[in-house]
Amino acid sequence: MPARPALRSTLRLRLYVAGNAPNSVRAVANVRALCDEHFRGRHAIEIVDLLTEPQKALADGIIVTPTLLKLAPLPVQRVIGNLSDTASVLVMLNGR
Amino acid sequence: MVARAKRRAPARKKRARKSHHSLVKMPTGIEGFDEITSGGLPRGRTTLVLGGPGCGKSVFALQTLVRGAVDTQEASVFVAFEESAKQIVTNAAVFGWDLPSLERKKLFVLDARLSPDTVKTGEFDLIGLLRVLEAKVVELGATRIVFDGLDVLLTLLNDPTVEQREIYRIRDWLTRTGLTAIITQKVDGTDRYQFMHFMVDCVVLLKHSVMDGSAFRSLRVVKYRGSGFGADEFPILLTDEGMRLITRGPTELHYRVTNERVSSGLPRLDHMLRGGFHRGSNVLISGAPGTAKSTLCCLFAAAACARGERVLYVSFDEGADEIVRNVLSVGVRLAPYRKSGLLAMSSTRTRGPNIEEQFDALRALVRSHRTRCLVIDPLSALSSKMSHVASADAAQQFLDFLKSEGVTVVNTSLMDGPTLDEATATGISTIADTWIHVSYVVQDGERNRALTIVKSRGTGHSNQVRELKLADDGVTLADVFVAQGKVLMGVARWEWEQEERAAKKQSQVSTELKRLQLQLSQAEAAARLKVVQVEMEARSAEISLLAAATGQATELRVSDRAVLRKMRHADDDLRVTRKRRGPPEKGTPDGDGGGR
Repeated sequence: MPARPALRSTLRLRLYVAGNAPNSVRAVANVRALCDEHFRGRHAIEIVDLLTEPQKALADGIIVTPTLLKLAPLPVQRVIGNLSDTASVLVMLNGR
Repeated sequence: MVARAKRRAPARKKRARKSHHSLVKMPTGIEGFDEITSGGLPRGRTTLVLGGPGCGKSVFALQTLVRGAVDTQEASVFVAFEESAKQIVTNAAVFGWDLPSLERKKLFVLDARLSPDTVKTGEFDLIGLLRVLEAKVVELGATRIVFDGLDVLLTLLNDPTVEQREIYRIRDWLTRTGLTAIITQKVDGTDRYQFMHFMVDCVVLLKHSVMDGSAFRSLRVVKYRGSGFGADEFPILLTDEGMRLITRGPTELHYRVTNERVSSGLPRLDHMLRGGFHRGSNVLISGAPGTAKSTLCCLFAAAACARGERVLYVSFDEGADEIVRNVLSVGVRLAPYRKSGLLAMSSTRTRGPNIEEQFDALRALVRSHRTRCLVIDPLSALSSKMSHVASADAAQQFLDFLKSEGVTVVNTSLMDGPTLDEATATGISTIADTWIHVSYVVQDGERNRALTIVKSRGTGHSNQVRELKLADDGVTLADVFVAQGKVLMGVARWEWEQEERAAKKQSQVSTELKRLQLQLSQAEAAARLKVVQVEMEARSAEISLLAAATGQATELRVSDRAVLRKMRHADDDLRVTRKRRGPPEKGTPDGDGGGR
């Protein structure tokens, strides 16, 4: 049941990274690939580089990099890591 | 590692001086710790604080930051991986640390916990975190940082190699920023984080154990690169003001010594001690239950109050009101002093698991009352818990504290046996400057109290046993009598005294008789002397009478002869002349012109 509305509305994501650190680079690649595959045309990804904007991490309570935040649809959810565990990421993105 | 550290310990001072140029110490403000490390943690380096749960790792780290902020105006960052920022503020409040007010300028607490439902989707790193921290460090101008419970976050990585990589990332970051850091970590029995020992400059191990039902925390410095340190295990005390180590204190005992004497409250006892207790000394009164130890304490307290000195009376087995009432029965009045505030009485049960805490509470009481004379009745209530060396140290330290404050203290110690048993008074008796023992002597169906001075440092003292007598009108010490090899006390002593008195009376009478007799014979002799004198006078009178009579007779003869010559017409003259001029061989030169 929750899968349906999730598919219809736009997926808004924010990914916190640390410059060109390997995990961060990998995470960016992973999230882009996933969205292109499963949410084509219905997603927006904001990438925050903590090396240049450290204050944002404090405001959002980000401890490790990379951290992916799903802002919409609600509820807000987060995962940490370089997003190579695609199955886990999809579970969150689908709101399940 | 341990062996190495121990070997280092004696060379502590020398090494500390030698390394002074290269290594700067940062005081932690933890009393005792700065002492054993000759100044604190290595500045600009990293210290690893290890320990199981509840050891005080976080307190150690937080106190270092708080003291830095308060004492030396150093700003710092606390990264909490295990507890929430709110919890930390609450914990700090227990020790009177006002984190919220510090947080505005001097201290930043970062809640670095991941929510329990955080899903891990692959490898992560701490690059972002360190960047965030760096921004904060620059903003505050911080010099100190704590990573509290780093392992909580790192275990999420679930890969020892990756964990190690992140730890080295932190190490490099710390080296670059030049911060003084404390990393706290749980010990889990594995050697998973063993490599960290080599990475850091200082390793502190905290322990929490239960000994004889008492919680016992301790601290040991395992490693300190470039510096000597006290390598022993030191007991930790958690007080209202934070963490403190019980160190053995200065090895050299140095107090201001005075010859001033303080009355024991019992004049006879003062006399036995050649003037009383030394000011600032500690006195132990030992004895079986009911031997009037508390009464002696009250006498001491009352005497001190009478001199106008402030007295603290700490009792562990009787209520204050009870003591005051009981001691009134032997004529000691404490109530007025209590009312005037000179005498403070504290009655508590020895409670709580930690003996160090008890001593610390006592120390605070002594200070707050500005105590000059102290009574602890009985000290054995505390010492019975002194089953481990650390606690005996705590007692020693407490007594040292009293000495340095010049507080005269009278302690009692319960000893059940009728005789002195050195073993039961472990420690205290050797620390005590004066040791008075009160025992029961059972004899002729009665029990009496015998008081002896076992020892008294720096003062001559009586070696006599005295009987301690309690009566409505007061407490006194009486001589005991030794008769036929037995010490006489109580009724036996009274009887002996009666006999003595009778014997004395008897001897008084006979002396008088003797005196009279002597007087009589003296009088007789004087009389005899008089008789002789009179006799002498009579004799000499007789003698002179006789002489006078003889003279008259001669004169008579001469005059008679003249008469005769006249009558014979000088016939005799020729004869007389001839006789006088006779041949020389027959006559004498002078002749006898006078004739007869």
